[in-house]
Amino acid sequence: MADVTALEVELVQDGPIPLAARFACRTGELLALVGPSGSGKTTILRAVAGLYRPRHALVRCHGEVWTDSARGVHLPPQRRRAGLVFQDYALFPHLSAQGNVETALGHLPRPERPGRARELLRRVHLEGLEARRPHALSGGQKQRVALARALAREPRVLLLDEPFSAVDQVTRRRLQRQLVLLRQRLPVPTILVTHDLEEAARLADRICVLHHGRTLQTGPPSEILNRPISAQVARLVDLGNIFEGEVAGHRPEAGHTLLRWHGHLLEARLRREIAVGSRVAWVIPPGFVVMHRRDRPSRGERENPVRGRIEELVAFGETTNVTMLVDGAPAPTLHFTVSTHAARRNRLAPGVEVRVSLLAEGIHLMP
Amino acid sequence: MDWEALRLSLELALWTCLLLLPAGTLLARALRSLRPGPRRLIGALVALPLVLPPTVLGYYLLVLMGRASPLGGLYEKLTGGSLVFSFEGLVAASLVFNLPFAVQPLERAFAAIPRNLREAAAVSGLSPVAIFFRIELPLAWPGVLAAFALVFAHTLGEFGVVLMVGGAIPGETRTIAIAIYDRVQALDEAAAGIMSASLLAISFATIALVYLFEPGRRRDG
Repeated sequence: MADVTALEVELVQDGPIPLAARFACRTGELLALVGPSGSGKTTILRAVAGLYRPRHALVRCHGEVWTDSARGVHLPPQRRRAGLVFQDYALFPHLSAQGNVETALGHLPRPERPGRARELLRRVHLEGLEARRPHALSGGQKQRVALARALAREPRVLLLDEPFSAVDQVTRRRLQRQLVLLRQRLPVPTILVTHDLEEAARLADRICVLHHGRTLQTGPPSEILNRPISAQVARLVDLGNIFEGEVAGHRPEAGHTLLRWHGHLLEARLRREIAVGSRVAWVIPPGFVVMHRRDRPSRGERENPVRGRIEELVAFGETTNVTMLVDGAPAPTLHFTVSTHAARRNRLAPGVEVRVSLLAEGIHLMP
Repeated sequence: MDWEALRLSLELALWTCLLLLPAGTLLARALRSLRPGPRRLIGALVALPLVLPPTVLGYYLLVLMGRASPLGGLYEKLTGGSLVFSFEGLVAASLVFNLPFAVQPLERAFAAIPRNLREAAAVSGLSPVAIFFRIELPLAWPGVLAAFALVFAHTLGEFGVVLMVGGAIPGETRTIAIAIYDRVQALDEAAAGIMSASLLAISFATIALVYLFEPGRRRDG
C-alpha cells in the first residue's frame, strides 16, 4: 500500500476559466504545477481545496470523494482537511501568529489548542514571535505562519500557491530548504504551484506542465526537461533549442533514427514509431551540445558534427551561454553553455568559427 | 435648556443604535453575498431616505403606521397603544430614516475585507457563522463604529420626520431638534442658542470618533 495514489484530480470545463487538468499525487510526493501566469494553476488548487467548483470535477483524497460533479458531490472546504498556503498568505490581520494558527485547530479540544499552536510555530522556527500580528512580521515569517496554519489542520493534502514568490532570494532559499526538511516528516501529497521552473525542478518529485488549464505533460523533472512530449511543452519549460526536421530513416541495429535538418543528416535516439518522411519537431537540451576544442580534435567529434559561427556570448559567472549560427540557409541558432574558463581558453568571441557535436542521445523527436 | 428634550433625543438615538446596528450589520453582510444586480437594487432602496424630503418620508411613515394600516392595527392589538405620536413610533420611524447611515458604512467595511481571508478561514475549518463572528466582524469593526456615530448623530438632529410622525408631545416625542425650533418660534434666543450649541458639541464628538478610527489609520495591513 506504500505506493497508493493519495490524491486524484480531474477538472474539466470550457469556461469561464478553461480547464482540462488530470493528475495524481502519491503520499509523500511533491508535485509541482508549472505554467505561465493565467494557466489555471491557482484555480486548480482552489478546486482541490473546495473554494472553486468547475463544471466537471473529480477530486479524491485517500479514497474519500471530495468532489464528484457526476454524482453531485461537493464537500465544503471545512470538510476537506486541505492545508492551503495562499500566495499572499491571507493571514488574519487582527490575530497574532498564535491566533492565526489556533484558528485552524478547531478539531482539538479548546484547552489543547494554545500548546499545539506553539508547537507548530516552533516547528517552523517562529518561537518567540507568537504574539506578533502579521503587520509586524517579515515576508518570510508571514509565509511560515501561513504554513504552520496550514499544517495545524492535520491536512490530508498540502497545497502551496507560489509560496516563495513574495520573498527575497536569500529568504527563498532558506524557506525552500525548510520545505524539503518538513516534507521528510509529512506523509501527505503536496501540490506546489509555481511559475518558476528552476524552483519546480529543484523541489518536486514530478512536474506537471500546464497551459490554459490543460495538463500537457506530467513526469520527473529530468523527463520534462529532456523529453518534452511536444514543442509546446519544450517552449513552456524554456528549452532554447527547438527545431524542425524530417525523419530520413531508421537504423535499429545502431539504435538511431536519422534526421534531416538544414542540410545536415543527424543521428537521433531511435524512434521507430515515427514514419520515414514525416516532419517532426525536435529538441536538444543545452547539456547535449558539446563544443570541439579548437586546438586539437577530441573524441566524439564524429557524432553529429555541426559547424557555425558564434553570434553572442553571455558570461554568467562560471558558465557562459553561447548562441551559435549554424551553417545553412536559413541559419538556425543553437544555444549551449560552456564553462567561462573553456570559453576563454578557446578564445571564443562573436564571429569566431566553432564546431560542435549534437549528441545523439540528447536529440529528442516530438512528432 | 430643555433637559427633557435632550434626554428624549439621547434615548431615541441609543434605542435606534441598539436595534439598527445588529440588523444593519446582518443586512450589510447579506448584501455583500448577493449578486451585483440585486445588490444594487436593494442598495438603492436602502439609500432612498437620503434623498427623500423628510416630509415625504414622514407622510408615508404616518400612512404605514397609522391605526388604519395593517402595521398600526397589529401594533395596537398587541400593545393597546398607537405607533403614531408615541415614542415607540418615533423609534420605528428612526430605524427607517437611519437605514442608509447604518448600512452603507457597514457594507463598505465588509466589502473591504479581502475574499481570500474568508477563504482562508473556510479552509481552516471555520463554519460560515464562525467566519462572520471571528474574522469578518472584527475586521469590519471600523464600519460598525462609523455606523454607530452616523446613526447616533443623525438621530439627534433629525427634525422633519420626527415632527411628522411624533408631533411635539413634551416627554414623549418632543426631541431637542424640535425644542430648538419651538424656542426660536417663541423668540427665546438664549435657550435656542444653548441647545443648539449642546447639539453641535455632541454631534461633533460623535463624528470625530469616526475619523479617529478610520480604517486607513489602522496599522494591521
